[in-house]
Amino acid sequence: MLVSILGWFSDPNMRWILMGSLLLGLGSGVIGSFTFLRKQSLLGDALAHAALPGICIAFMLSGVKSVGLFMIGAILSGMLATFGIHFVTRYSRIKQDAALGIVLTVFFGIGVVLMTKIQHSGNGNQSGLDKYMFGQAASMMLSDVYLMGAVSLALVLVCLLFFKEFKLVSFDPGFARGMGLKVGLYEQLLLLLTVVAVVVGIQAVGVVLVAALLITPAVAARYWTDALGVMVILAGLFGALSGVTGTLISSTLSNLPTGPVTVLAATALFAVSLVFAPRRGLLAKWIRHRRTQKDVRERLEIHTATATISQHTAEKGAE
Amino acid sequence: MSDFWIILTGTLVAATSGILGCFLVLRKMSLVGDAISHSVLPGIAIAFMVGGSRDSLLMMIGAAVLGLITVFLIQLLQQGGLQSDASIGIVFTALFAIGVILISRNAANIDLDLDCVLFGEIAYVQWDILIINGYNMGPAAVWFLGITLFIVLLVIGLFYKQFKLCAFDPALAAALGIPVALFHYLLMGLVSLSTVASFESVGAILVVGMLIVPASTAYLLTDRLSRMLLYSVIIGALSSAGGYYFAKWLDASIAGSMITVAGLLFLLAFLFSPLHGLVARHNKRRRMKSMTV
Repeated sequence: MLVSILGWFSDPNMRWILMGSLLLGLGSGVIGSFTFLRKQSLLGDALAHAALPGICIAFMLSGVKSVGLFMIGAILSGMLATFGIHFVTRYSRIKQDAALGIVLTVFFGIGVVLMTKIQHSGNGNQSGLDKYMFGQAASMMLSDVYLMGAVSLALVLVCLLFFKEFKLVSFDPGFARGMGLKVGLYEQLLLLLTVVAVVVGIQAVGVVLVAALLITPAVAARYWTDALGVMVILAGLFGALSGVTGTLISSTLSNLPTGPVTVLAATALFAVSLVFAPRRGLLAKWIRHRRTQKDVRERLEIHTATATISQHTAEKGAE
Repeated sequence: MSDFWIILTGTLVAATSGILGCFLVLRKMSLVGDAISHSVLPGIAIAFMVGGSRDSLLMMIGAAVLGLITVFLIQLLQQGGLQSDASIGIVFTALFAIGVILISRNAANIDLDLDCVLFGEIAYVQWDILIINGYNMGPAAVWFLGITLFIVLLVIGLFYKQFKLCAFDPALAAALGIPVALFHYLLMGLVSLSTVASFESVGAILVVGMLIVPASTAYLLTDRLSRMLLYSVIIGALSSAGGYYFAKWLDASIAGSMITVAGLLFLLAFLFSPLHGLVARHNKRRRMKSMTV
């Protein structure tokens, strides 16, 4: 086992893939913390599906499979989708969850129509398109890894740069507006960063599972702390750890796709946090509950004991 | 004849999902359908591994069990104090990941294509014929979906009042002694059942779309639940017929086209609904303004 681990680190290709998935997990964990606090956890799921028509149109227009072009197409259609969700919730009685669902399925439906259209057009170059949709970290080219890592790194840096603004916008937009902050602008920026994180994530883990990269590490981190700064760092660490674990495990066993393993690693971290986190964890809650119970029982015993004593003295007095 | 069967299958899916979707949209649980449709995957995979064949009944049981487990886990996390959107996201992605791993580990043994499960191929519906005692009974999917629609109609019809009250005012329903949790699980059970029944023939995406989009469109057109149910079924039927011809014309995915048409109908209602449409609202505001001036 140790030998094979050392083997990975000496293999430069593997080293880069590891680095890429580490940065990806870090970036999406950090962004995910903000989307979670803004109660938009499922936005990632919606955006991942909404990216499909953009990818297809980028391919139809250019005729080449280029990750960079796919990303631009996906980002554009993701931004259109966030605009659509915003518009529908703002100007009709439809609630946010239904608006997310409508945009998710309709965009994906349009994407599927476009994809089948491309397939039926007999373009021999289209075969990689569905691979893109379902994630392919193991078969990624080195240039893709560079791109993925660089974009994720940029995401983290932007979050660091605007940490204070994002914090205000996420917790108390009204107060932030009162302070003269351009709330709308920072909300747009956060949305853009989410779209970018999702689009980069699709590459590695596929459309359905990319939502997990945003949600699960952030929620796991929330169990450990009340401070946003700590939470963001923890979420980033959890995400990075999941990415690395997913890549390592799936490269040792055959027929084990990277995306799902990464997601399950994140889920495992979540489960550990759910049970063992201090104060918020189930175990801590259980212990606290037991302690209160014991406390109450003791007080009750003291109470009944004093009651019997006083009853006793009262009876004696009567005699 | 193939036109007829495909449109009929689509309409049956749309009707079943449309009715259930109304309750989901009203209860703000639209994305539970999305979650269930993804997380039944390990159930299907396990049923394949146990049964060793594409036995529909076993597959349906496996998927339905996973559907209920999904709902149960989401509920459990929510009771633990987690936001509903985050609990949905954590549960369904984890279960879906397990499903993908099960399928790809056993890909050599079982003939189960991920694309097929997700996208479905409604065009093949007519080839899978149900034969009883040598009689040709027509496509099996139509029978499955017909029975599902019947069950949904029966349950919703019997407990219409209870479902209605639970959808609009769960607190009042609980105060009146209606077992809200029971009806919640009953509704979710029906959603799992219809998802699973529609799955094999039309794929996850069409089911999720048909759960949310026609019901939301209907919600923009009326304020009465009974009308909303009716409209949602009609809109679903229109989407599936329109989608079929759209797909034929474009030579593209039928399921995808059906959702695209459903999306177009939603857009029309969003803009032009006499009650809640954008144009109607705009006119109303202008009239109010001119009245005050």
